[in-house]
Amino acid sequence: MQIQANTIRFILNDEEVSLADVPATRTLLDWLRLHRRLTGTKEGCAEGDCGACTVLVGRLLDGALVYESVNTCIRLLGSMNATHVVTVEHLASDDGALHPVQQALMDNHGSQCGFCTPGFVMSLYGLWLANDRPGRPEIERTLQGNLCRCTGYEPIVKAAEAIAETRPSTVFDPIERARAQIKEKLAALAPRETIRLGAPGDRVIVPASVEDLADVLAQEPKATVVAGSTDVGLWVTKQMRDLDPVVFINHLPELQAISYSAGGLTIGAGVTYTQACDALAELVPALGPLIARIGGEQVRNMGTIGGNIANGSPIGDTPPPLIALGARLTLRSASGRRELPLEEFFITYGKQDRRPGEFVESLFVPTLPAGEQFAVYKVSKRRDEDISALCGAFRIALDPSGHVSDARICFGGMAGTPKRASHVEAFLKGKPWTEETVSAARSAFEKDYTPLTDWRASADYRLLAAKNLLTRLLLQTSGAPAQLARFEEMA
Amino acid sequence: MDKTTFEDRKTISAPMHSPLRHDSAHKHVAGTADYIDDMPEPEGTLHAALGMGDRAHAEIVSMDLSAVRAAPGVVWVMTGADVPGINDISPSGRHDEPVLAEGKVVFHGQPIFAVIAQTREAARRAARLAKIEYRELPHWTDVTDTLASGAQLVTDPLTLSRGDADTGLASAPRRLSGQMRIGGQDHFYLEGHIALAIPGEDDEVTVWSSTQHPSEVQHMVGHALGVPSNAVTVQVRRMGGGFGGKETQSNQFAAIAAIAAKKLKRPVKFRPDRDEDMTATGKRHDFLVSYDAGFDDEGRIHAVKANYAARCGFSSDLSGPVTDRALFHADNAYFYPHVKLTSQPLKTHTVSNTAFRGFGGPQGMVGGERIIEEIAYALGKDPLEIRKANFYGEAGSERSLTPYHQPVEDNIVGRIVDELERSSDYQARRAAILDFNRTSRVIRKGIALTPVKFGISFTATWFNQAGALVHVYQDGSIHLNHGGTEMGQGLFTKVAQVLADAFQVDITQVKITATTTAKVPNTSATAASSGSDLNGMAAFDAARQIKERLVAFAAEKWNVPPEEIAFVPHHVRVGDALIPFADFIRQAYLARVQLSAAGFYKTPKIHWDRAKGIGSPFYYFAYGAAVSEVSIDTLTGEYQVDRVDILHDVGRSLNPAIDIGQVEGAFVQGMGWLTTEELWWDDKGRLRTHAPSTYKIPLASDRPKVFNVQLAEWSENAEQTIGRSKAVGEPPFMLAISVLEALSMAVASVADYRQCPRLDAPATPERVLMAVERLKHL
Repeated sequence: MQIQANTIRFILNDEEVSLADVPATRTLLDWLRLHRRLTGTKEGCAEGDCGACTVLVGRLLDGALVYESVNTCIRLLGSMNATHVVTVEHLASDDGALHPVQQALMDNHGSQCGFCTPGFVMSLYGLWLANDRPGRPEIERTLQGNLCRCTGYEPIVKAAEAIAETRPSTVFDPIERARAQIKEKLAALAPRETIRLGAPGDRVIVPASVEDLADVLAQEPKATVVAGSTDVGLWVTKQMRDLDPVVFINHLPELQAISYSAGGLTIGAGVTYTQACDALAELVPALGPLIARIGGEQVRNMGTIGGNIANGSPIGDTPPPLIALGARLTLRSASGRRELPLEEFFITYGKQDRRPGEFVESLFVPTLPAGEQFAVYKVSKRRDEDISALCGAFRIALDPSGHVSDARICFGGMAGTPKRASHVEAFLKGKPWTEETVSAARSAFEKDYTPLTDWRASADYRLLAAKNLLTRLLLQTSGAPAQLARFEEMA
Repeated sequence: MDKTTFEDRKTISAPMHSPLRHDSAHKHVAGTADYIDDMPEPEGTLHAALGMGDRAHAEIVSMDLSAVRAAPGVVWVMTGADVPGINDISPSGRHDEPVLAEGKVVFHGQPIFAVIAQTREAARRAARLAKIEYRELPHWTDVTDTLASGAQLVTDPLTLSRGDADTGLASAPRRLSGQMRIGGQDHFYLEGHIALAIPGEDDEVTVWSSTQHPSEVQHMVGHALGVPSNAVTVQVRRMGGGFGGKETQSNQFAAIAAIAAKKLKRPVKFRPDRDEDMTATGKRHDFLVSYDAGFDDEGRIHAVKANYAARCGFSSDLSGPVTDRALFHADNAYFYPHVKLTSQPLKTHTVSNTAFRGFGGPQGMVGGERIIEEIAYALGKDPLEIRKANFYGEAGSERSLTPYHQPVEDNIVGRIVDELERSSDYQARRAAILDFNRTSRVIRKGIALTPVKFGISFTATWFNQAGALVHVYQDGSIHLNHGGTEMGQGLFTKVAQVLADAFQVDITQVKITATTTAKVPNTSATAASSGSDLNGMAAFDAARQIKERLVAFAAEKWNVPPEEIAFVPHHVRVGDALIPFADFIRQAYLARVQLSAAGFYKTPKIHWDRAKGIGSPFYYFAYGAAVSEVSIDTLTGEYQVDRVDILHDVGRSLNPAIDIGQVEGAFVQGMGWLTTEELWWDDKGRLRTHAPSTYKIPLASDRPKVFNVQLAEWSENAEQTIGRSKAVGEPPFMLAISVLEALSMAVASVADYRQCPRLDAPATPERVLMAVERLKHL
């Protein structure tokens, strides 16, 4: 197949698509609905929260063809090169018979108004392809990014359990039947040279390699670098910002690498939360449940740890634990690389240490030294798919006599950047790790933080909860039950 | 004669009372159910977007829209002055709600102009380019601020009074008083508002509108265009959720689309985005309830006096009947020997609040249940004991009179509660929780059993009417149309079952069609849980008329007495003969029998004198009860719902599958209202929770971990409703009060249940933690 440098090429259901006219800010959803009239995919919120717009996107990852649910409302069309987009219209077989996922939802009365239903179908379809026998924790996790206002979810969860009885190998499945061909086609669609589309004011650039990316950014230091578009997507749909050029990096294999070394783990900037979750949880178990509470499944399938850092948000959930763990960031540009401690990247609200032409290349997360305690606690109004009111990460080292020999504590949501609790840390050091110490340390939080009052929480609550989280840590390190768990296995 | 067929098919596929799935379920899961935005756009369709004010209360000093007009793709910019008829869409008739604000804005986000452009994106982009100068005026958004700023009202308040509350309070052995804040709620229908207006000849226009109330959209569009109702046709096949949010709030979008379509002679589609929808449309009312209760040592209530002050927003909308319904439900299931209830529908500089599932009833009931809870904590008893001590008495007894003087004649709350108390193992679980809390330091648990008694009928008596249009075609297929709208609640399915049952044919023979003002006129909103009661009866009446004609025809043709003619599965029995339904219809057609009928129904018995506060506004009551068990984290206020058991009364269910879906869905929605769904305005009067990123409705992982839902299968409506069923849309919403009270119990445990925690709603983790702190420091 001839690869043209001026087109975005992908597969939509069973059709190959080649697009030369791709405005930088066009969303996949608008393209599906307005240009292809595939109206089964709905717009509910245009910010990646409700899931009515969910489709599956297949891509090659380390040579394997994986299908993941994504929010088309914030996914930009320019990022679709070398993917397979599967919409709800593709599920029923040619004779109109429903797919087992659809059938189960219908049989269990899983739809009422029906507007969210195609999104639930696609999320459950993704789960069904990936998981032989999902339990309730996996089902609920899969559905974190799908809102339903009618059913109360009970029949949908029952449908999800029922689907597990039928496996892909036993039915006529639109993905399974074409896996080999799709894989071959996608491999052929990977760009061999940088794709450039559009005219000044509205340009899309899809670099073919990290080298190309560095060159592009050297020429275009004001470019908007887009990995998962879970943040940039909202600039488009909510603020109607013009972006020029947009440089997509979600497809670059070099940025998707996860490599282990004796001292820890290196994660490429393009690694999604979903990809990173298991590796990080293996390194530091507390990170698994935290990542499972970032966004919904669709957002985790798109969003990257690199993006969570690079956008500089004070309420991103990964910086506090990564800073507490002592993670280091590698920035790259055409003139080379530099490494810095992650906490130094965040200068002040809205300002990061990223120079023109630089991009986040990778993150190194060190292994937790033996014997140290680590915990991270996210507190939000709603447990799942919510932005933290506060997120506190604690790394405590105790000496043999039970005194605190070292403490690294970092909070999100408490200041304009993810910020260390240096006064609390200093207070704790050298003191016995006891209730008295923790109680006496509470006032130090007031020296570290002057949080804001907003719709997520009041300043008073943030400060009180932050203090209480230190108590939770103490109780947990002494083995006392101090935290709710919806499922025992997640405790 | 076709005897074998009859023997083979002795039943029809989905009679009344069978658990038929939703009529659109197949299309829902296949993605082929068309919502208005999915319909093919007529050629030349233009798109609208709103220009919204960014002050809570201000005079508009000047407005420069030149940049808006000059923006790419813009065809027209419309302001209030461009409304050809009257710039008002007030559903209350008070003329207090402009389509587009003129001269002054009265809430942050009020629509001031509309942009019509070639594409939706062009319209949205252009709408941001206006230059508007304001002179700011003082604003108040909150109930407390409003009470302190003159307490202006948007509509007349209501007083319900029976006995002598003051004397009753003074003479009661014990007395307490307090206040409770109850937050509002956004509907968060998954499909936002939308209208598509297609201009016709002369003064005609057709509007596809996502609305629960096509007749009102018709009136409002006619009003705004200055044309009679007969020029306007409003249609809707289905909504992606309504919940009350599309009862009056569709008017604005439909009116703007219709005005632009007529002016430009092109179709105009108007779909606001989620933020605009949540900013510019009304929500559930927030309330401040002030209560004073007299009771005795047994927990029996002697007298209640309560005031319900509500944030109504800038206009009356439905705030009158909403605040009325709050008072109608302040008693919930309890007899108040002496009572005085007052409403205060406050005018605030916020979007005008509107209908939402329960329509004020839930807020009324939460206030009433707070009083029960207060009494229980004051006496150191289980709140369930207090509830039982105060339930309405036997029909006809002096303890059966409501504060509005309607006797409760169909009371089954005692049986419901007793059965649920047993089936949920309430007593043993409560004892176990009390034990658990004695030793658990951080995690505390709570359990609560709360009942619901909810009055069914529109309190605006004239709304309690409905029409249906039924055609039987020559081939025996049936066309069904009625004034009700489908928003997911399964109304169309239930009414089709009524019709299939009436004619004894399979449900597949009944074609359900879009609601349109051209087929059934002067309809009421599909609201107040009344959809199947009213429209089911109207369809039944249409079938009755056609069947009567058919019976008369058959009696004459085959010379058989009418009583020997019957509609049996797939056939009509005429004497000893069984005639297949389609053949029979064909014969009737050839004999020139009219095979079409307009059915009609009006609810009997009801009457209401608002000025006196006396009457029987409700045809009957629906009942239910729930037990909720929760755990809270006393360090952060986080919580989870561990188990919920529900026993709910829908009379003789028209469709148990759909009814259970309504009960489960209503419960979770009610739980969201009382827990994580928080509307938050900043000091500028801006609503800052206007999208799902900031406004948190329940997720699958918030639903009760164990969720046992049962219908009271023995229940039958005492009144002659369709199939002796009961309304189901709203009543189960209030079962979620049990979650709030269970959270409250868990909080109370930190002070050994000595004090009522006075947990306000929504009980966010923050409110729970702050209540824990308050109690810890007692």
